[in-house]
Amino acid sequence: SSWWSHVEMGPPDPILGVTEAFKRDTNSKKMNLGVGAYRDDNGKPYVLSCVRKAEAMIASKKMDKEYLPIAGLADFTRASAELALGENSEAFKSGRYVTVQGISGTGSLRIGANFLQRFFKSSRDVYLPKPSWGNHTPIFRDAGLQLQAYRYYDPKTCSLDFSGAMDDISKIPEKSIILLHACAHNPTGVDPRQEQWKELAAVVKKQNLLVYFDMAYQGFASGDINRDAWAVRYFIEQGINIVLSQSYAKNMGLYGERAGAFTVICSDTEEAKRVESQLKILIRPMYSNPPLNGARIASIILNTPDLRKEWLMEVKGMADRIISMRTQLVSNLKKEGSSHNWQHITDQIGMFCFTGLKPEQVERLIKEFSIYMTKDGRISVAGVTSGNVGYLAHAIHQVTK
Amino acid sequence: MAASIFAAVPRAPPVAVFKLTADFREDGDARKVNLGVGAYRTDEGQPWVLPVVKKVEQMIANDNSLNHEYLPILGLPEFRANASRIALGDDSPAIKENRIGSVQSLGGTGALRIGAEFLRRWYNGNNNTATPVYISAPSWENHNSVFVDAGFKDIRTYHYWDAAKRGLDLQGLLDDMEKAPEFSIFILHACAHNPTGTDPTPDQWKQIAAVMKRRFLFPFFDSAYQGFASGSLDKDAWAVRYFVSEGFELFCAQSFSKNFGLYNERVGNLTVVGKDADNVQRVLSQMEKIVRTTWSNPPSQGARIVATTLSSPQLFAEWYDNVKTMADRVLLMRSELRSRLESLGTPGTWNHITEQIGMFSFTGLNPKQVEYMIKEKHIYLMASGRINMCGLTTKNLDYVAKSIHEAVTKIQ
Repeated sequence: SSWWSHVEMGPPDPILGVTEAFKRDTNSKKMNLGVGAYRDDNGKPYVLSCVRKAEAMIASKKMDKEYLPIAGLADFTRASAELALGENSEAFKSGRYVTVQGISGTGSLRIGANFLQRFFKSSRDVYLPKPSWGNHTPIFRDAGLQLQAYRYYDPKTCSLDFSGAMDDISKIPEKSIILLHACAHNPTGVDPRQEQWKELAAVVKKQNLLVYFDMAYQGFASGDINRDAWAVRYFIEQGINIVLSQSYAKNMGLYGERAGAFTVICSDTEEAKRVESQLKILIRPMYSNPPLNGARIASIILNTPDLRKEWLMEVKGMADRIISMRTQLVSNLKKEGSSHNWQHITDQIGMFCFTGLKPEQVERLIKEFSIYMTKDGRISVAGVTSGNVGYLAHAIHQVTK
Repeated sequence: MAASIFAAVPRAPPVAVFKLTADFREDGDARKVNLGVGAYRTDEGQPWVLPVVKKVEQMIANDNSLNHEYLPILGLPEFRANASRIALGDDSPAIKENRIGSVQSLGGTGALRIGAEFLRRWYNGNNNTATPVYISAPSWENHNSVFVDAGFKDIRTYHYWDAAKRGLDLQGLLDDMEKAPEFSIFILHACAHNPTGTDPTPDQWKQIAAVMKRRFLFPFFDSAYQGFASGSLDKDAWAVRYFVSEGFELFCAQSFSKNFGLYNERVGNLTVVGKDADNVQRVLSQMEKIVRTTWSNPPSQGARIVATTLSSPQLFAEWYDNVKTMADRVLLMRSELRSRLESLGTPGTWNHITEQIGMFSFTGLNPKQVEYMIKEKHIYLMASGRINMCGLTTKNLDYVAKSIHEAVTKIQ
């Protein structure tokens, strides 16, 4: 007999399941709107030109493969902090922060979660928006924390339930942890407006909550890196010492290279050194030190003026294509004769859109039209092209009229 | 402003081996030698990117059909299959019987951690944090931290290094296994034990396996030096394969940091050997969940290099040659250091330097002598007396031998 006889089969990942089913489908019109990765207007993965240039530079330099420090590539972590905080940020200029390289967004979130579990003794509770990225819950749970929720998405309007959010947040016990999506909320695409962010900052400050920002789409949401980081920077300016997770998977198309960072804003540089030493103690028994390739590409791009400029243009290009697909989807739905209000499709931002479609309607889209998305009605707008947006609109109209 | 929530966070001590390198870097003495961190160095004292790696990286860079899309959660399929095949052997019965699984991981450390997390959740009951975990005395210092952070509460040591005779304390080891509670987990170094460089012989491994089988002890192999130790992949995997042939279910954490020189790309693999395919499938499905909350999916660059190399007969042969180059240089440094110490008449016996295997040697120097080496001679080694043979070169052999001689004769 086996040691593992009692081990249950783990449930399949819901998003991967979508892609598996899509792959098996033989319909030539099939669309994969589950994938959380950018596609160009031909539906193909897009390797950024600035990334190719950075890679060519790396190849020509013939560098060694020595271990990185536990905290990662210093040029990368410094540039990452500057990108998030802004070069004029007092917190950045004073050095009262620590940024460590993480394994893309997930790895950075997990380091932060483990750090809070070990050193943030005031609370075990992490408050997530309802809904949030599916992986947030197991990450925090595996780190030993407990999950709570605050109202966020209003399914009736397909937009932000601001009063519900403010109400819930104002009642969160002091010194709990609250997670906020910095921009391009996943899965809903619903972000607070700047005036709303200001009110959120005030209530969070009043309740003395520890703010954990997850920023996986800086630049990718609006096309403007400063605009997308506005909330993060505003909170810090209000004296809220946040912790922050960043990912370069989407905005630099570095998905499989796992480039990310975790930052703690501290009182001063001395505290930052202490915090950094403890982060290293956490990282060492997880994977010792991080992978170089993605961080090096990102670092070269961020630190080389020409490449940085090119990157900003390319990330804007990706964001613009997404925005354009949203617009085209809505106009096509109108052309189909749909009487529903689809304004939320263009109001929402980022890679994902919460269409408002119900599970039965999603089921019909999959079975009758070979259009694949997750059961919650979320579509990845990145999977929409000018070639298939008409078909998508037609199908959505059929299942909703 | 209110006091910081992190005001009470204490400053953690630096990881010793990295601190050693940091101190070495700051040292301005021209004679300085770094015998600390475990990375290969050429006879010029330089890092060495394997020629086959350079070649394959260029191939990858020139291939415009490649992109940076996410790998599957468990990693690159061609990497996983080839990596496990390297450990278990082309003709492994376990592979033929389709009862193995692989998880691409962030280096050997990552593979150990995923295995440890899985064992804590699913081994010997559900979430049984009380299962004893046995680690050799001494061992790589990070082993302890991996299992502690994975949630195990009862970490113990098993006898391994006999300081008096400078060799394996086999009897102590076997006694510990006899006394260990059934189902205890034992971390075994597949070859080139770190830090002692002392491995059981095949006969000794057979005795170890017999006790473990009888007492239902779980073998978790750490294989960080396959090929690098003896120059032969098969020889260095003998213990793992023997256990498989004896019908054990086991884990083997593999690292490609040293044998491919891919340190900073974090290439590792957790090989799972089970009773049958069904068990392995369920195990992998649960490991997938653990991976998803730790790093989601692994980095692609290093895995691509290894997969490309291992799946091409020509590149594989080149790699094998590169590995042998490294192993041979280490063997040469061992014999050269030993002969110098013996010529100098340095007190004690020094045959252990050539009898030990792999990157490291447990010299037998005590902490005071080590301090002398560092402070007076600017030769950096771990407080345990462990030296990295790769830090030796034809240029510094004489200086190091003389310094060891001085340390041993001046300091007790």
